[in-house]
Amino acid sequence: MMPLMTTKGLSRHFGGLRAVDDVDFALMPGEIRAVIGPNGAGKTTFVSLVCGRIEPTAGMIVFDGSDITNLPAHKRVRLGIAYTFQITSIFANLSAYENVALPVQRTLTDGRSKGQVHAGVTEALERVGLANRAHIPAGQLAYGHQRLLEVAMGLALKPRLLVLDEPTQGLADSEIENFTGLVREIARDATVLIIEHNMPVVMELADRITVFEAGRILAEGTPEAIRANATVQRAYLGGGDD
Amino acid sequence: MTEGSSPARAYVLHLAVIAILVVLNFILPAYHHGLLARILVLATFAMGYNLLFGYVGLLSLGHAIFFAAGLYGAGLGVHHFELSVPVAFMAALACGAVLSLVIGLLALRTSGVAFMIVTMMFAQVLALAILYFAPLTGGDQGLVLQQQERVVHLGDTVLDLTNPMTRYMVALALFSIVLLLTLGVVRSRFGRVLIAIRENEERTRMLGYDTFANKLAAVVVSGVICAAAGSAYALLFGYVGANFASVQYSILPLLWVLLGGAATTLGPLIGTLFMYYVVDITSGYTSAYLLIVGIALILLVLFFPKGILGTIRQRWVRWLP
Repeated sequence: MMPLMTTKGLSRHFGGLRAVDDVDFALMPGEIRAVIGPNGAGKTTFVSLVCGRIEPTAGMIVFDGSDITNLPAHKRVRLGIAYTFQITSIFANLSAYENVALPVQRTLTDGRSKGQVHAGVTEALERVGLANRAHIPAGQLAYGHQRLLEVAMGLALKPRLLVLDEPTQGLADSEIENFTGLVREIARDATVLIIEHNMPVVMELADRITVFEAGRILAEGTPEAIRANATVQRAYLGGGDD
Repeated sequence: MTEGSSPARAYVLHLAVIAILVVLNFILPAYHHGLLARILVLATFAMGYNLLFGYVGLLSLGHAIFFAAGLYGAGLGVHHFELSVPVAFMAALACGAVLSLVIGLLALRTSGVAFMIVTMMFAQVLALAILYFAPLTGGDQGLVLQQQERVVHLGDTVLDLTNPMTRYMVALALFSIVLLLTLGVVRSRFGRVLIAIRENEERTRMLGYDTFANKLAAVVVSGVICAAAGSAYALLFGYVGANFASVQYSILPLLWVLLGGAATTLGPLIGTLFMYYVVDITSGYTSAYLLIVGIALILLVLFFPKGILGTIRQRWVRWLP
């Protein structure tokens, strides 16, 4: 099977800091891949390179067989790469409905979905359980609901690759449980790349785990293999700094 | 903001406003009739400004350039090149479109304070160029368009734009078209993207929108509307003056929009009307009228921080577009 997304020699240097350093990475279609690693390991920089929010210093990114290294972010989104922000980034003054209407109308304009904006918005809000809060300004939603809204916006883009950057950060335990269920459901029709610090969530969700350290891939494998990996234990899981 | 729940209400309100303005054409005394015609043209200028400032959140300090482009585009057209009024009007729109496209391409590379300064500098270039090319533009004296230059021949119909009734109705027609256009734009998918850019540009980009292209389109639409207003001003009132290209006429639309309510479709009209009548009434009583105008503005900012209509929408009438 051909990978959905690969990177070759992908690097991003900030001055002398090698935030992402010569990373070769492959993501298979349909998998849930977790990216873990200590703070400052380059996880967010790595996914930002994939989404096109920042430009690489060197290397290339291939999505679905075509080179997207020089493609601007908004065009990558149209190819099906959706990104949900680490720090909640919603349209606080607009209603939850309007927040989701934007990605829905994007997929309609691109011809990746059909029908009315209203139907698409209702569907996305129902999937995350916010349908009854559609008309509340997003900024007035509870924090957990804002995170869900962010996921609804990602879902509404009909992504082929959904990048979730620390989605459970700041959520209560009960909310996390719902959340993992939701991610599983999303993964039925999309590939999921998830940065996550919460290890139980990672172990439960991920098909494979990639461990970053100092901008490089330290290890990669199934959750069991990663748990058993002595190097990873030393760097992260055992005496972790996070 | 707009949920599609009250489109009918919004259109009825706007048509009612237009209907009232039509009726006023027949009942206003001559002085107020003339003043209102002028206000309608300047409110159109303010609506063009509002589209960019209110809905996209781009604060330009150089919109006088687009008004002046229309003013001089039409004015020089009929005065020097003997264009007919409709052709001069179209030429003015073309001037506005080209100018706003070029300025947009350059100025949108910046944002925030830099955008304000860049737009202001562009406007200064035109203002100074108008003074420099005095033989053509009349310099700071400006140009006065003669009565025969301001008559429209459409087949057998003759529209004399110096006739107060005709002038008012033409001004109102332009105002109404732009008002309904603005309403249509802000309720459209394009309008939704513009508002999203104002609220959170980076998020909008990461939802797959080319924010630069959308902002550029907004600058051009705004520039063309302002040029239409400028061109109407020249053709209806017959005066083409360099003061309309000055910084003052970049600040005024901002003031009118802020007073009436940024990002409200009717705010520009309310703001322009309010400002004109406060000056008009107070200057009848005292030569120190600017003092009273200043106090009125301070009170408005204190009690209507989002402008007259903006505050009314926030507190009472949520469905206002």
